[in-house]
Amino acid sequence: MADEGMQSWKTLALGCAMTEPGSSKRFNTGDWRSGRRPVTDREKCIKCGKCYILCPDMCYSPDPEAEGYYLWDSFYCKGCGICIHECPKDAISWQDEKEEDTHGAACGS
Amino acid sequence: MARRVGLEVSLACSEAVKLCNVDVVAAYPITPQTHIVEHLSELVADGHLDAEFVPVESEHSAMSACIGASAAGARTFTSTASQGLALMHEMLFIASGLRLPIVMAVANRSLSAPISIWNDHSDIMAERDVGWIQVFAENGQEVLDLTIHAYKVAEDPRVLLPVAVNLDGFILTHVIEPIEIPDQAEVDAYLPPYTPQMRLDIANPVSMGMVGVPEVYTEARKACLVALEGSYEVIKEHWEGFAQHFGRRYQPIETYQAEGAETLFVTMGSLGETCMTAVDQMREQGQSVGQVRIRLWRPFPVDDFVEAVKGAKRLVVIDRALQPGSASGPVATELKALLYDRGIEMYVANFVAGLSGRDVTRADFAAMAQRVEAAQAAGQPMTCEMWGVKE
Ligand code: SF4
Ligand code: SF4
Repeated sequence: MADEGMQSWKTLALGCAMTEPGSSKRFNTGDWRSGRRPVTDREKCIKCGKCYILCPDMCYSPDPEAEGYYLWDSFYCKGCGICIHECPKDAISWQDEKEEDTHGAACGS
Repeated sequence: MARRVGLEVSLACSEAVKLCNVDVVAAYPITPQTHIVEHLSELVADGHLDAEFVPVESEHSAMSACIGASAAGARTFTSTASQGLALMHEMLFIASGLRLPIVMAVANRSLSAPISIWNDHSDIMAERDVGWIQVFAENGQEVLDLTIHAYKVAEDPRVLLPVAVNLDGFILTHVIEPIEIPDQAEVDAYLPPYTPQMRLDIANPVSMGMVGVPEVYTEARKACLVALEGSYEVIKEHWEGFAQHFGRRYQPIETYQAEGAETLFVTMGSLGETCMTAVDQMREQGQSVGQVRIRLWRPFPVDDFVEAVKGAKRLVVIDRALQPGSASGPVATELKALLYDRGIEMYVANFVAGLSGRDVTRADFAAMAQRVEAAQAAGQPMTCEMWGVKE
């Protein structure tokens, strides 16, 4: 096993506490996705905000440049598919991870 | 000056907690622990103890509240027994994993089914591997002493682990004994106020109870293991300090008439006192018997035990809990493994006795010794036998 990201037990903080606030910002949970990502088709989107409200990882945020639309965050999206299931207009669909994403923006990295 | 009073052992435990000046008590009443928390709630209500008493709705919540309070830097106490301890189970790992110096008195009692409120060690043996320091008292004075010592050890920056003080339900909890209660000043001189090494503090934020991904979990557990093993020296050091302050001396393994004895009984908890009188009686009759008493159960004091049993021909290990599906009871299993590791060949007989408060008398000990000697002479193993089962 490669020891990337590993730390000696001697240097862990007491009780394995995290002593640096906000460190989860660096924790790329987006790499848990297995091969596909949700992509929004703004042609179909009616700006209802359901994806924004219902994503359990708060991956959608209001697009400051296009009012009513949402940006998607590749850094935290785990590919659960809830947004796809909940979108009333089937505006969100899976796209193969390798394909270029044209609507989303990775804002965490 | 310390005063010597006749006191129910449960109340002596509460008095010890009061002398330790705890900040938070969170507990749920359960027989035979009830008097401990009942008295503590009175002490708080009457203004004798300046603490927060949290009357939680379950033992799971009791341990959770203690974890929260301890994480915030408070000196905390709880107490439970049997089903209550079982209900705490998952939280016990969290208390030790987060390195929180909580002290808990366990009024040892059997587990259902069938329902039993009486004493044995089934409850704590099911929590053997939760990463807590675990000590056993044989009488009321020891309950008071071990409780004070528990805070001294738990809060030592070299340890920072929770401690369970085990006292046998009813046999100790509900018995009035002469107990020497030290002065507040004496306890204060031994046990300074708690200085947390890390706590939940808005000015200095930390997160406790984080996810331990596979790259971290093993190391996190290793750190806890090392702390538990390392606590051994600190426990001994603070028992030494206790002897200097209060004049009563404790050891990880204690012996009675063990020197040169061919047969050694191994006991843990209050049964040890009956065993001592049985040893006296058997010695009067010319038998070569002695006793080894396990005071510190976790971390197990391997070297002390090996030293104590050196030269004996046989051990008669009394377990107060079954280990279903295993060859022997939990204590005997432990001892056989460590003897094997050290290459020490010794005849180890095991009895599971005194389940659910069933009396184990001096005559029982004598009969056990006789049976074991006969079995060994006949070349038969005595891997484990439930003592006194009515066929
Ligand atoms: S797939 Fe799941 S995690 Fe990703 S954006 Fe949709 S709801 Fe959020
Ligand atoms: S749920 Fe669908 S329609 Fe509603 S805002 Fe999101 S993408 Fe647009």
